[in-house]
Amino acid sequence: MDQLETLESQSIFILREAYRSFQNLVMLWSIGKDSTVLLWLARKAFFGHAPIPLLHIDTSYKIPEMIEYRDRFAREWKLNLIVGQNVEALKAKQTFPDSNATRLQCCGRLKSEALKHTLSGEWPRRVLNHETGEYDIVEGGEPFTGVIVGARADEEGSRSKERYFSPRDQHNEWDVSEQPLELWNQFKTDFAPGTHVRIHPLLDWTELNIWEYIERENIPIIGLYFDRGGGKRYRSLGCFPCTFPVESTAKNVSEIVEELRSGKFSNIAERSGRAQDKEDFSGLETLRRDGYM
Amino acid sequence: MNIVVIGHVDHGKSTVIGRLMADTHSLPEGKLEQVKARCARDARPFEYAFLLDALKDEQAQGITIDSARCFFRSAQREYIIIDAPGHIEFLRNMISGAARAEAALLIIDAKEGVQENSRRHGYLLSMLGIRQVAVCVNKMDLADYSQAVFESIRDEYRAFLQQIGVEALDFIPCSAREGDNIVANSDRMPWYRGPSTLDIVDSFAKEQDTIDKPFRFPVQDVYKFTESGDDRRIVAGRIETGSINVGDEVIFLPSGKRSKIASIEGFNVPVQTGACAGQSTGFTLTEQVYVNPGELMCKASDTPAQTGTHLAVNIFWMNRQPMIYNKKYKIKLAGARMPVWLREVVTVLDASELTTNSNRQQIERHDVAECILETLKPIAFDLTTEIAQTGRFVIIDNYEIAGGGVVLKAVESATNRVTERVQQREQRWQRSTITPQVRSTRYNQRSTLVLICGPANTGKEKLAKALEEDLFQSGRYVYYLGLSNSSLSMDVTESGERDEYIRRLGEVSHLFTDAGLILIATISDLDDYELETINTLNQPSDFRIINVGPNRFSRTQVDLQIDELNDIPAAVQEIKKLLTAQRYLIEYYL
Ligand SMILES: Nc1nc2c(ncn2[C@@H]2O[C@H](COP(=O)(O)OP(=O)(O)OP(=O)(O)O)[C@@H](O)[C@H]2O)c(=O)[nH]1
Ligand SMILES: [Mg+2]
Repeated sequence: MDQLETLESQSIFILREAYRSFQNLVMLWSIGKDSTVLLWLARKAFFGHAPIPLLHIDTSYKIPEMIEYRDRFAREWKLNLIVGQNVEALKAKQTFPDSNATRLQCCGRLKSEALKHTLSGEWPRRVLNHETGEYDIVEGGEPFTGVIVGARADEEGSRSKERYFSPRDQHNEWDVSEQPLELWNQFKTDFAPGTHVRIHPLLDWTELNIWEYIERENIPIIGLYFDRGGGKRYRSLGCFPCTFPVESTAKNVSEIVEELRSGKFSNIAERSGRAQDKEDFSGLETLRRDGYM
Repeated sequence: MNIVVIGHVDHGKSTVIGRLMADTHSLPEGKLEQVKARCARDARPFEYAFLLDALKDEQAQGITIDSARCFFRSAQREYIIIDAPGHIEFLRNMISGAARAEAALLIIDAKEGVQENSRRHGYLLSMLGIRQVAVCVNKMDLADYSQAVFESIRDEYRAFLQQIGVEALDFIPCSAREGDNIVANSDRMPWYRGPSTLDIVDSFAKEQDTIDKPFRFPVQDVYKFTESGDDRRIVAGRIETGSINVGDEVIFLPSGKRSKIASIEGFNVPVQTGACAGQSTGFTLTEQVYVNPGELMCKASDTPAQTGTHLAVNIFWMNRQPMIYNKKYKIKLAGARMPVWLREVVTVLDASELTTNSNRQQIERHDVAECILETLKPIAFDLTTEIAQTGRFVIIDNYEIAGGGVVLKAVESATNRVTERVQQREQRWQRSTITPQVRSTRYNQRSTLVLICGPANTGKEKLAKALEEDLFQSGRYVYYLGLSNSSLSMDVTESGERDEYIRRLGEVSHLFTDAGLILIATISDLDDYELETINTLNQPSDFRIINVGPNRFSRTQVDLQIDELNDIPAAVQEIKKLLTAQRYLIEYYL
């Protein structure tokens, strides 16, 4: 087996282990390349089906094309899609684009808070209804106890220390120095009431591996990643006020693979395009301790 | 390829990796400058280790707390290098990191020499199943690049490895701080012209022999996505060793059920006729046998895995609370998850001194112990020396993985926890002068346990109540135990509450049958082993099995099979006929 086959097999194993062990499981789908690969791997793990519901946190500042893409594939692949949002903060304009928050505070509100309360079921969830094609508002949903996330260890320092199955306490907090023992593909699948677990099937993948896999599997990926004329493309997707395209003329997946393997990005970290990481160099570790993904 | 870097605290593990990354230009652009600038800003000396020790606490204390993955690509191949912590407090994190590796680089400080965790880590490698080890004698700059210092450490550590049956591929003198012998030989050590650290890393071999071993496929789950219009029943999991083809006969252990591979399933892949070690895949079977997640699928033509309840194992324990007798733990071995007890501590080993102690009654944190475990039911396994992947396990204590171990051998045992319990009970029990025979004559019946089994929601309780009423009305001494287990779902089995229910059912049933009654009970998804437990506890009386719905026993003969419970009165009559024929219900003789 080559490197990609090994990575794929391990991720599928983790997904199935999660599905076997957790009753209330959800998978985060940001529409970006990593979580879309994750979704693809889930369809591999479950033989074409997607039995695990997907959760998208909509900050309302996502690039509109992302929402179109999301809804299109949710319908096509019959996904059980749930959307969560911090409606209050948006109404009160407590955001960075409204000049009422720093970038980090804004992330905390629109992503971490929204995620936390949507997972717990305290805030209403919008659920895609495949019969009407519309979203139904569902209140009082059950809390999700297992959350599958597409984090990769190569993204940033604190992520390199993650476990495949990583417990979080009642407050969503990550205790980095007391991580569970994990060996021989036996993961933390038992947990005390009130705690939950983050599951990271993509931990061992690099950005290059992700694109190589997209190429090999021919996974439909959102067009924002490609240069469509202006000599610019997105390398990582987020909210438009805080994510900037990079200079690149890669027009398709194989050109991106080339660019990462030996071209201009072979030595440049992916997150260099994200503004919020720069405010404080350990900002991401702090955010992550509080439940940011 | 995954490689772990281990060794005693502060011997320079993170620095070796940092240097390796820097000198092979594997760091993202600007990363080195960024870390240097930050050190300058905070007025502290730059450390290569800061490239890896990313957590705030790690940088503040200058220590690695948790294993990190670093992605590294040499001219030859891709690596994940795992930087393990050396401090004993974080041994658990070291193990989590090392267990993912296929080879290890062990770092020893030239000035401090071989230390406690140099040895302990070395020992644990062999338990973790990592056979390829190379040793870096680091900080040679602090030892004047002395060949004599290097050789004395090499000889001492080589002798230690020999004691535990490990042979190092190579010993390299190096200085991570100065960059000597990291990616190239150094003029400061003209006496050494062997491989550099990078050469050694590139020379580790991928494990190849897994495909040639017997086929082992732990059943992770059985899927049927009927609601999405898919009728395939797919046995899913990952092939640990060996290979298989469509048409091969398979056997599931411990149940012993057999079938044949009908197809190999996948999504977005061409049709497959064979599959082999390493693949996460799924199979459909020609004959629909009922298997539970956790069973081990083997190829009928291969040497099968062993099954049993008593295992001699080697354990390393990582919990602050010791592992003790008579406490219920959970074992996870391949796909199986099951209650387990510590039955005997044979010897406890100090892994850093290699001294043993045979008088210990419990296993303390950081101990390595040879001991005997007993599982609730038979479990399928291999010996670690034969198939490592299915010869190792972890132990869960109070939601946490508390230790790991390897199976040394199966143990034959005349007794088990249930038979011992019955022995104790019988010793204490004061039997009265009224014998079972006397009761039987008075009540005009022979006592027994009527167990109504089958999957959940098949109407077992209704049948049980109707049967009780009918027997009662016809003058029999009968009792329906309305303590159903239908609320206990599958995962309760795993968390171990079900075994307590089974035990109680056995004990209660013993009381009722001893009193001369006919006891009726219902239980969902009873298996052969659970029935055996109930039977042992219920002795000297016996039992009759009525099965409603699909019959999922593999060894037990059911006394009456009812496929679908449409007509309860008719079913009651059938059971009565059976009980009469077998002389539980004694007819009056005129
Ligand atoms: N003089 C000298 N110092 C070194 C060398 N390699 C590492 N050091 C120093 O030794 C100290 C510990 O190095 P680390 O790389 O953090 O050690 P470690 O083995 O990763 O430590 P833990 O992960 O905490 O167990 C640091 O101050 C390094 O600068 C070397 O080759 N020569
Ligand atoms: Mg270190």
